[in-house]
Amino acid sequence: MTGYIPLSTIDLALGSVFLLLNAGFSIAFRLGLARQLVVASARMIVQLLMVGLVLKTVFALASPWVTLLVAAAMVGFAGREIWVRQERRLAGAWGFGVGAMPMLLAGALITVFALTNQIRPEPWWSPRFALPLFGMILGNTMTGVSLGLDTLHATLHRERRAIEAQLLLGRTSLQAAAPFLRRALRSGFTPIINAMAATGVVALPGMMTGQILSGVDPQQAVRYQLLIMFLIGGATGLGVLGAVALSIRRLTDARHRLRLDRLTAADG
Amino acid sequence: MLQITGLRTPLIGPMDLTVAAGECVAILGPSGSGKSLLLRAIADLDPGEGTVRLGDRDRNGMPAPDWRRLVGLVPAESGWWADRVADHFLPGPDVAPLLEAVGLPEALGWEVARLSTGERQRLALARALAVGPQALLLDEPTAALDADATTRVERLIAERRADGVPVLLVTHDPAQARRLATCCFSMEHGRLRPAEAEA
Repeated sequence: MTGYIPLSTIDLALGSVFLLLNAGFSIAFRLGLARQLVVASARMIVQLLMVGLVLKTVFALASPWVTLLVAAAMVGFAGREIWVRQERRLAGAWGFGVGAMPMLLAGALITVFALTNQIRPEPWWSPRFALPLFGMILGNTMTGVSLGLDTLHATLHRERRAIEAQLLLGRTSLQAAAPFLRRALRSGFTPIINAMAATGVVALPGMMTGQILSGVDPQQAVRYQLLIMFLIGGATGLGVLGAVALSIRRLTDARHRLRLDRLTAADG
Repeated sequence: MLQITGLRTPLIGPMDLTVAAGECVAILGPSGSGKSLLLRAIADLDPGEGTVRLGDRDRNGMPAPDWRRLVGLVPAESGWWADRVADHFLPGPDVAPLLEAVGLPEALGWEVARLSTGERQRLALARALAVGPQALLLDEPTAALDADATTRVERLIAERRADGVPVLLVTHDPAQARRLATCCFSMEHGRLRPAEAEA
């Protein structure tokens, strides 16, 4: 087993040759993709270089407060992303909070649990472990929560007559909304279930690949990957459940009404 | 007796209205004047203020689902939440005679997706009556029906009134108001005014 092999700038430049070749094809065949390819590549290069710089600084500072600050910024970005991905969302501050709060609680709970119980770095909040772990958990929870909320809000809006017909016959708001809640939860859970089912058969997961490339024993890398998948699955489940439950509470009231007046369309 | 006092929502009212037992009050008025919103407010489907009483029972003093079982609101456009018609009815002895009365005795075996607008309207009425409401709030109950089906529905409404059920009827049709109603109101900009059905 060889150790970690560092990459030089020339290695990177050489590696991008085939991507540049694609841009050349696009110009030759007039696909109109050259511009998008270049912009996307440039964004990626700048964003990753900056992240590398930020992480290096944060690791060097080794301060719990700076680590917490970075984690908070990550939650902010992820919360905004959830907000953007919904076609209809709760009006006002609820629109952000209904996704960000459950994601934050689920992600933080599970990250801290894994750091203090399984991975146990010294100190437990060490940014080198905490931030990548939190990022992976947050990213997946974000996808699940945004899908769950988007499905819930779209379905409630489309099926309002069906729900109110049930309310009028004397059903409670929870009974009337139950089939649509189930649909939203299913949609939020689907990506993580698919990811777990396909993992290792179709492609090796990114983190595991990275560990193997840096010289870690494959069986150890698999253990890490399994732990991460358990954590991601747990956090996504809790986040989706929390977000959907919070949203349906907001979209119904104590008099068992459907309160779609608290929902706004994304364009409005 | 259905007694409405100071009922208001952000869009309509305040309104006072009394419908005596067995009486049918018709509400006419242009589209968008708030007729359907009044029925929704009575059934507590939209937030609002005011008191609504049915007999000695106060809406605000009981759980909303119980209240809605007492005042059967049948909206102009019906909602369906399952594939088969049968899944929208609780099995009970009352269902078969009601389906017979609206002229659709076989409907329980049908699929909702294949119902015509008129069939949906009649089945929605039967579905509401099967719960045994002690008041009826009907929003354009015959809008999509032919003459024969309209007669059946109007007969059904008359039967309920004979049992002492107060009926609040929203309709576009002054002739129907004349046939069914004991008294008429017209709704304009969210307010009720006494009106003649002859309009």
